[in-house]
Amino acid sequence: MSGAKEGLLPEGASYGNLVGTVADPLMRRRMGRWYWGGLALALLMSLVLAGSLAWLFIEGIGIFGNNTTIVWGFPIANYVWWVGIGNAGTLISSMLLLTRQPWRAAINRFAEAMTLFAVSIAGIFPIIHLGRPYLSYWLAPYPNTMQLWPQWRSALVWDFAAIVTYLLFSVMFFYIGLIPDLATLRDRAQSRTGRVLYGIFALGWRGSARHWARHDAVYRAMAAMAVPLVVSVHSVVGLDFAAGLMPGWQETIFPPYFVVGALFSGFAMVVVLAALMRWGFGLQSLLTMRHFEAMAKIILAASVIMGISYATEWLMSWYGGERAERSFLHHQLAGSDALLYWSMIAFNVAVPQVLWLPAARRSLPVLIGVSLLINVGMWLERILIIWDTLSHGYLPSMWRPWHTSLWDWTILAGSLGFYALLFLVFARVLPVVSMHDMGKLLHEREDAG
Amino acid sequence: MAQIFPAYANTVARAAILGAAALGCLGLGLLIALPATSHVTRQDIIVEQPVQFSHEHHVGGLGIDCRYCHTSVEQSRFAGIPPTHTCMTCHSQLWTNAEILAPVRRSLAEGVPLRWQRVHVLPDYVYFDHSVHVTNGVGCSSCHGAINRMPQVRQVAPLTMGWCLSCHRDPAPNLRPESEIFNMDWKPPSDQAERGPKLLEHYGIRSAHLTDCSRCHR
Repeated sequence: MSGAKEGLLPEGASYGNLVGTVADPLMRRRMGRWYWGGLALALLMSLVLAGSLAWLFIEGIGIFGNNTTIVWGFPIANYVWWVGIGNAGTLISSMLLLTRQPWRAAINRFAEAMTLFAVSIAGIFPIIHLGRPYLSYWLAPYPNTMQLWPQWRSALVWDFAAIVTYLLFSVMFFYIGLIPDLATLRDRAQSRTGRVLYGIFALGWRGSARHWARHDAVYRAMAAMAVPLVVSVHSVVGLDFAAGLMPGWQETIFPPYFVVGALFSGFAMVVVLAALMRWGFGLQSLLTMRHFEAMAKIILAASVIMGISYATEWLMSWYGGERAERSFLHHQLAGSDALLYWSMIAFNVAVPQVLWLPAARRSLPVLIGVSLLINVGMWLERILIIWDTLSHGYLPSMWRPWHTSLWDWTILAGSLGFYALLFLVFARVLPVVSMHDMGKLLHEREDAG
Repeated sequence: MAQIFPAYANTVARAAILGAAALGCLGLGLLIALPATSHVTRQDIIVEQPVQFSHEHHVGGLGIDCRYCHTSVEQSRFAGIPPTHTCMTCHSQLWTNAEILAPVRRSLAEGVPLRWQRVHVLPDYVYFDHSVHVTNGVGCSSCHGAINRMPQVRQVAPLTMGWCLSCHRDPAPNLRPESEIFNMDWKPPSDQAERGPKLLEHYGIRSAHLTDCSRCHR
């Protein structure tokens, strides 16, 4: 067991300096120029998002590039992409807890935060692509004067339930995991405001044995519930497409393939953020190359599964023998968007194969490069699922090319900026690494001798 | 180090949990209840009209048929608001100097219609057709209430979608024979349970499609 934990903690680590490494950037250190510069940029992009959304609400959904054939464009692609990214955090946290992976401890906290922010941003997109966004609450089943329930046969209603459940659960899971660390911050805070604020959210945590026993029981039970939720949320997103009748959508492989795709893009995002935070907050001793190597292996496995999924899609389109499916496949591989499609294959399947080399898995620049390409590739996959299928359906008279509008891009870029803003604020307010989990790891190492 | 929180903080925390739950329930309850209130549905609200026209007097007292003024109710989507000339068929002879009728005389003299205010307002996305209802067994009073006893017309029904659907899902209890359509005092007879299905058949109503979305949202 001790071998598995090697390289995860600094050599001369003590409880005191572990906590200091994580908590000091919050309380006892001023942030450098890079932080304020990044924050200003993120704030600017968030304002772009706010402005674009305001214009959207004034002018209506005509400002998107969508048209009567390609009724879903950027908004739904962005939604699927963001939910995918939001999938990894809770999975890392819960699955790795249940399987007792020691490398979980350093990355679970910010991976969970990443999940929360990504899912929250994802939730905006289906709402803003509605013609009447102020009626989006009609998706919720509640006793109303219309005496109607939502259309239960619609995948969009399942979607609503899956996303809301996942978001609420992720918030609770995140918060419960945070309580002992909030108490640590309360005790270390230098200002009275800090002590009171952290103290309120720490809910009177004193770290007694009874507190720990209960915390552990609740946290593990929630982790066990989280795993099926993580799988369900992106399965249901896959069903949004698979429950439709369009060529290229109606495939039984969609739910598992979407779940793996989500983990794939989520882990890629975790790698990028982990590298950034390690550098920004001086966490080199806690986020070690062991962590990156473990994540690289998962990314590699997911990329192989993605490759198999794409190949399965091709095979089934051909083997199924339906004219529309075959015509769609031809359009996908050699049609007007073929360049995008092959870029996607290159980024998602070909490039990550470099991670078979141990040297590549241990090189941060390579890992970051691969991860960024994967995020681009996965976004291409989301947009192509929509563009290719909708522009090449059953009825040739309905085939239309797609185009993008300025607002498509400003909203996408703005959502990235808003994400960065949330993350930068989070990193200054809450500990980005779970101090109590690191402490537990240290305790186990000392026990082992 | 001194305590950050006083002893009563525990009580406050517990109360806050209960309070938050109660506030949540209250908010949710309001959201559910508000759309059903007359504030939103406009039920039972008296709308001020340019002339104090009394349906109680004209319909209940004098026995004038609905169609005398609302002429297109059997042929058209819109029941029709009478032109000033319709009023003048009687009032050019009767009560010709009455103060209450001054706006009507001015309307005739200047050729400017009276601006009657709508009492029953349906949203633009609802397609409603009067003729299809009154020619298929739905009487005026089923939706408009006892107009013959209203000095000022008010909206009796909530006009919510749920209210529309309550009849569209099961129209039989509300159907009447042709002779009773304009009877303001019609009440379902004691054997309506037997008459209803017969009337459905009589009018040729296929109730299976009455709740299709496109029935009202076109």
